[in-house]
Amino acid sequence: MSRFNVDEKGYYGQFGGAYIPEMLYPNVEELRQNYLQIIESDDFKGEFDQLLKTYVGRPTPLYFASRLSEKHNTKIYLKREDLCHTGAHKVNNTIGQILLAKRLGKSRIIAETGAGQHGVATATVCALMGMECVVYMGEIDMARQKPNVERMKILGAEVRPASSGSKTLKDATNEAMRHWINNPDDTHYIIGSVVGPHPYPDMVARFQSVISAEIQSQLQEVEGRNAPDHVIACVGGGSNAAGAFYHFLDDESVNLIASEAAGEGVASGRSAATTTLGKPGVLHGSKTILMQTDDGQVVEPYSISAGLDYPGIGPMHAHLFDAGRAEFYSITDEEAMIAGIELSKLEGIIPAIESAHALAVLENRRFERDEVVVLNLSGRGDKDLETYIKWGKY
Amino acid sequence: MEKLTVMNRIDHVFIERNDTLNVYFTAGYPVLDDTISVARSLEEAGADMLEIGIPFSDPVADGPTIQESSQQALENGMTIEVLFGQLKSLREHVTIPVLLMGYVNPIIQYGIERFCDKCAEVGIDGVIVPDLPMQEYLDHYEANFKEKGIHNIFLISPNTTETRIREIDENSSGFIYVVSSSSITGAKTGVQEGQLAYYQRIQEMKLKNRRLIGFGISDKETYQTACKYADGAIIGSAFIKQLKNDASDSAIKEFVKGIKK
Repeated sequence: MSRFNVDEKGYYGQFGGAYIPEMLYPNVEELRQNYLQIIESDDFKGEFDQLLKTYVGRPTPLYFASRLSEKHNTKIYLKREDLCHTGAHKVNNTIGQILLAKRLGKSRIIAETGAGQHGVATATVCALMGMECVVYMGEIDMARQKPNVERMKILGAEVRPASSGSKTLKDATNEAMRHWINNPDDTHYIIGSVVGPHPYPDMVARFQSVISAEIQSQLQEVEGRNAPDHVIACVGGGSNAAGAFYHFLDDESVNLIASEAAGEGVASGRSAATTTLGKPGVLHGSKTILMQTDDGQVVEPYSISAGLDYPGIGPMHAHLFDAGRAEFYSITDEEAMIAGIELSKLEGIIPAIESAHALAVLENRRFERDEVVVLNLSGRGDKDLETYIKWGKY
Repeated sequence: MEKLTVMNRIDHVFIERNDTLNVYFTAGYPVLDDTISVARSLEEAGADMLEIGIPFSDPVADGPTIQESSQQALENGMTIEVLFGQLKSLREHVTIPVLLMGYVNPIIQYGIERFCDKCAEVGIDGVIVPDLPMQEYLDHYEANFKEKGIHNIFLISPNTTETRIREIDENSSGFIYVVSSSSITGAKTGVQEGQLAYYQRIQEMKLKNRRLIGFGISDKETYQTACKYADGAIIGSAFIKQLKNDASDSAIKEFVKGIKK
C-alpha cells in the first residue's frame, strides 16, 4: 500500500475526505463510484492519450538547462509544461475531466478560476467538445485579468462574476459549488486543482501524473536512470506539483520540494504561504491545511502570482508536509521575480510567475554538483508580461 | 444524586405540534448584541423553534442573503466564543428549542468536545452542520453529541437516493431537514414544479424521524404547503431580509404573524 497516495476512503493520512453539503452528495458520489472505472478503461485512455499528443503537444520536452545548471552548480532539467497548448499544465486536467463528463452523460461544464488560466483551459476543451461552459471568476480577479476574461469569451464560454465575500478565487469556488448544487443533473464541475472533496484531488492528480510518467522515461534516456534526486514544483492548490511528484511519491530516494508563495513575506500579513501560516481544517470540501483566523474564518491570501493566491493546499500536499515527505519553501514576490528574470536571461525562457517560485528555490537551497534536479516549469510568462513590466528590474 | 433525564426540547415540541415553525437568523446580525433579543421576540411572536446561525466566511450551502448577513456578523465581531458568551442568558429569556447552525471548520477550531459541552451548558438542543458528512459524524462526532443529549440534524435533498434517506433516518435524532429543491438557501421561492411529488414521496416513506422542510419557505403559502407534507417548516433567508429592513420587536412579530395566520 502507498504511504503517500490516497487511501480507499479518500484520505491522505489525516487529510482529504469529502466535507460537502448533502445537496452535493449525489453528484460527488456519482463521480466517486465511476471515475476509476472510466479513466482506467481502454476507450478513455485511448482518447485521452491521443488528445494529449495531437492537441496539447505531449510529451513536453525535458530540457537540460546548461547555463542555469552552471550558475547553480548542479544538473537542472526543466520539464517544459509551459509548452502545453494554452500555456500551462492545466489543460492535462481539463481534457481528462471533460472526457469523463461526456462519459457520465453531462452536457454542461462549470469551473472556477482565479487568474483565468484554469478558466481558459476549461473554455478551450469545452469549445473542443462543443459543450456549454460557465466559468466563475471573482469580480476583483476579472478586473485584474481582463485578457483572460476575453480569451474565455472568444472560446465561447460565459464568464460569471463572483461578487460574494472577498470576490476572488475562493469565492469563485464557492459560487461554482453553489451552481452545482442548483444544477445537479446535467452539469459537471471541473475543479482546476488537487483540491475539493474526494475524488477530485485523486482524479486531478491522476490526470496530471502524465508529467512524472514522462519525466521517468525521458530521464532514463538521457541519464540512464528513471528517478531524479530532487523534483521541484510550485504549490498553490498544487496540481502541477501533484503531477510532477506522483510517480515518485513512494520512492523516498527522490526528494520532493514544494515552493509556496510568501507574497511580501510570511510575517507581512500579505502572504499565501499556507503550510507556514495555516492550520488543519476544512476548506472547499476537504480536510487540509488552510490559512484561517483563530475562529476558523478563511483568510484572504496574497501573492504577486495569481495562480498561487489560494488560502489552502491540496490534501495530498498537506500530508506530504505533515509527514515530512516533502521540503516546503516560502518564496517572496521579489525572489520569484528575480528568478523569473534570471531564467529569461540564461535560457531564453520567460516563465510564468507561479513557476518562477519554483525556480527561486535554486537560490535558497544547495544542491550537489552531480545531483539531478528536475524542476517543473508549469507555465509560460506571456500572461504575466504586465507584471514583469511593472516590476521593471530587467 | 439520581440522574434526571430531561426530554430534549425538540422532541417535546413534536409531541405537541405538527406545524412547527422554525425560524433561522444569523448570530450577531444586524447588530452584534441582538442575538438574545431577536430570539426573545421570535418566541413571543409565536415561533416554535429557533435556528441560530454561526457566521462563516465561506458558506457554500447558503445563498447571497445569508452570506451577506454572515459577513456583516463577522464584521460586527461575532465568533463562536462571543456567541456562547451571549447565550449564557439564553434560558432566562427563551423556552422553545434552539439549534445552532454552523459550518464545520469554525467548530473544529473551537474543538468539538468543547463545543458540545458549551451547547449543553447554555441550553442548545440541536446542531446543524451542513458540510459535516454523515460517516465522518458517526466516526468522530456522534459520541460527544450523544453524551450531551444534543441532536445532530442531517439534510436530505430531492436527489438523495432512497437507500441513503433510510440510512440518514437510521442515524438521525430530533428531525430530518428536508431541503425543498436542488438549491442553496433563498435561491428558489414559491412551490416549484415536481416539489409536491417529492414531498409526497418522502411522506410515504414513513420515516421514524420527524421532518421539517426548509429552503425556499418564504411566506404563509409555502409554510402551509410544507406543513401538509411534513411536521413543519424552516424559514431563513426571508427572515434575514426582514431583519435587514427592520429588526425591531414589532417588525419581527408582524413578520411571524404574517406566516402563522
